[in-house]
Amino acid sequence: MIAETGQFTLVLALIVAIVQGTLPLAGSVKNNIRLMALGSTSATSLFLCVLVSFGCLIQAFIVSDFSVFNVAQNSHTQKPLLYKISGVWGNHEGSMLLWVTILTLFGASVAAFGKNLPESLKARVLSIQGLISASFISFILFTSNPFLRLDPAPVEGQGLNPILQDPGLAFHPPFLYIGYVGFSIVFSFAVAALIEGRIDPAWARWVRPWTLAAWCSLTIGIALGSWWAYYELGWGGWWFWDPVENASLIPWLIGTALLHSAIVVEKRDALKSWTILLAILTFSMSLLGTFLVRSGILTSVHTFATDPERGVFILLLLILISGSALILYALRASLILPGGVFSPISREAALIFNNLLLTTGAAVVLLGTLYPLLLDALYGAKVSVGPPFYNATFLPIMAPVLVACVIGSMLRWKRADLAGVLGRLKVATLTALLVVLTIIWATGSGDVLVALALGVSAWIIIGTMVQVSERINLFKFPLSKSLSRARNLPRAFWGMVISHSALGILVIGITISSAWRVEFIKLMKAGDTVSAGGYTLTFAGTLPIVGPNYTGIQGQFRVERNGKEITVLLPEKRSYPAERNRTTEAGILSTISGDLYTVLGEMSENGEWSTRIYFNPMINWIWIGAILMAFGGLISLTDRRLHIRLLEKFSKEANGNAA
Amino acid sequence: MQLTGKQQRLTIVLLGLILCSIATAMILAALKDSVVYFYSPTNLLEKQTIPERRVRVGGLVKKNEQIYTKTGVVNLFIVTDKKNDITVRFTGILPDLFREGQGVVAEGKIGPNGVFFADEVLAKHDENYMPPEVAETLRRSSKSKTGEPR
Repeated sequence: MIAETGQFTLVLALIVAIVQGTLPLAGSVKNNIRLMALGSTSATSLFLCVLVSFGCLIQAFIVSDFSVFNVAQNSHTQKPLLYKISGVWGNHEGSMLLWVTILTLFGASVAAFGKNLPESLKARVLSIQGLISASFISFILFTSNPFLRLDPAPVEGQGLNPILQDPGLAFHPPFLYIGYVGFSIVFSFAVAALIEGRIDPAWARWVRPWTLAAWCSLTIGIALGSWWAYYELGWGGWWFWDPVENASLIPWLIGTALLHSAIVVEKRDALKSWTILLAILTFSMSLLGTFLVRSGILTSVHTFATDPERGVFILLLLILISGSALILYALRASLILPGGVFSPISREAALIFNNLLLTTGAAVVLLGTLYPLLLDALYGAKVSVGPPFYNATFLPIMAPVLVACVIGSMLRWKRADLAGVLGRLKVATLTALLVVLTIIWATGSGDVLVALALGVSAWIIIGTMVQVSERINLFKFPLSKSLSRARNLPRAFWGMVISHSALGILVIGITISSAWRVEFIKLMKAGDTVSAGGYTLTFAGTLPIVGPNYTGIQGQFRVERNGKEITVLLPEKRSYPAERNRTTEAGILSTISGDLYTVLGEMSENGEWSTRIYFNPMINWIWIGAILMAFGGLISLTDRRLHIRLLEKFSKEANGNAA
Repeated sequence: MQLTGKQQRLTIVLLGLILCSIATAMILAALKDSVVYFYSPTNLLEKQTIPERRVRVGGLVKKNEQIYTKTGVVNLFIVTDKKNDITVRFTGILPDLFREGQGVVAEGKIGPNGVFFADEVLAKHDENYMPPEVAETLRRSSKSKTGEPR
């Protein structure tokens, strides 16, 4: 019964989505208020339908209803409850249903929070959102139905790939999807603006919160994914330039560009058609990412066993959705009137510089990701493009962005004084130079690139602090006055400060952890010791362990520092009988100065264990930086200037009610 | 210097084009040096010259062949495309899903004695999943074995 309810509500959802995709749009053309108002109602009902359907699938997983094919394939009665639930999106069909659930949630949110939008714009946005929803619901219904029945039902399910039985699966995909799909709203706003042929600072003000929300989620999703890969895969690495990782990085880079160019539209009424193009591209890249992951045409750690039919379907959707938006852009972009002019040295120009580099970076990653496909199609040659390619291309393109982000945010709009800004940044420049020289001196001759990277990080962090101290007149007035000024600065400014400093922290983490990492692969027997990162590890042997749905072997490493025992690290090798599969669980001692990372390998014939031990200095700064960056975005999201119209509306209503 | 709107757009387009061409030049240079080609054991044997650069070799881990870990962390195993074999030497800990009959991809350089020195061995997370290159390799070699006249 559960599966049928889920199936029924999903079919219902398709019909509602088609209604949402057509009638409000027709209403906006004919200026029919009643048809336009249908947009909000249908967006809310669409979300409810899909939510019920998604709930049915979750319920089927919780009660282990193996008469549903998808549950039988991906679940098992002995799995802990958390993994029964997260297993819902640990497979292709379920993850697509999650995708659509989030898509319709965003549509419903526009209906709920968009009360201040002009009726016709709102109707158009919701219609476009409805059309996207309808395409993806039909994709699920026709190629990837999660509610297919299995007769006869097996007694036991096949279980979930044990590597996915981790809290990481519960959080990484939902955040990533909120990011990917959140950009669909920005896309719909862009297409609606093209249909209306009008875009102004108010438009940017409506779009910016959605862009920020999607961008924050995508940032968190990528950070969680890389952290998960770091502790779960047992390779000690955190980014592999895997096609699927790239698929999330490309929309992130273009989304970051969009975030910045939307500021120019909002404040200066310039860069309008470029911003529209970025809005279309960001969501197109999210769709492309979905296509690459779901079709399985690229070798990747994320690929599920796949079906080419699905790949073709998504490719068609991609061409249809992005293609029609781009054609519309080509036809209508000339209607967008150019806005305010500015000199080559101005904040506008700096933001253009940022945009050009970020999009070029995204293009490079895209090319590296698609190159193997291209070569295979043209010459039948099988190649892979790995880290050396990205190190040689992506990093040099990103380096100027780091240097420019401090200067750019200090330049004035319209026309600015570059020499003056550089003068104000004296402290930052001197600190950066000092860092570079100290590191070259301390490490001998080599590591010039490392020294430069750390110098740039110091420049970003100090430079950003200089901006704060200028804005609050630190040391020029009594401290209390400075603090009260700090409280009154706009949240968007604080968001920028946090995110830019976080970028510096991120670069420090990336640089130090990759440059000064220590790695041992060693055969050990009980009593053997190794030293790494100032710690002494003693291998104390192994113990058998039994978990809820696995058995395994646990290695024990006693960790000492300065002769004092700090902790015992317990790396494991688990084997999951239901899934006939094994996993490695690393034993990690995580501190702000670095991670001690231990992995247990195999036992050799004379009873020694192969082990792998890493010391990853300052690696946590990577994730701290990424999370802080997203936090900066959230702070910016709470800026009241973005909500001012909403507040005005509320106060008006309140006054109306009082009277 | 205040530019007019048209000059401004031209400058931006020009700047974009310059950046794109620099990026293209960098990409081409990097691709030449850092792309890793994939070969099957048969491809590698047929090659007259031993490639100097890093390559990937993929196939199945041969059944009934002992995986040696006697000397500690050095592993020797045989990768086959069911037509030709190649011995792979890998220092380190093999992935969890590494087992006989499993599709694997090894990355590294081929040594003078025909042994492949891998510094990376990939076996995929999903046991039902076969890297497309390996599947293609197997399909080709089984086709040529089951009698297309040559």
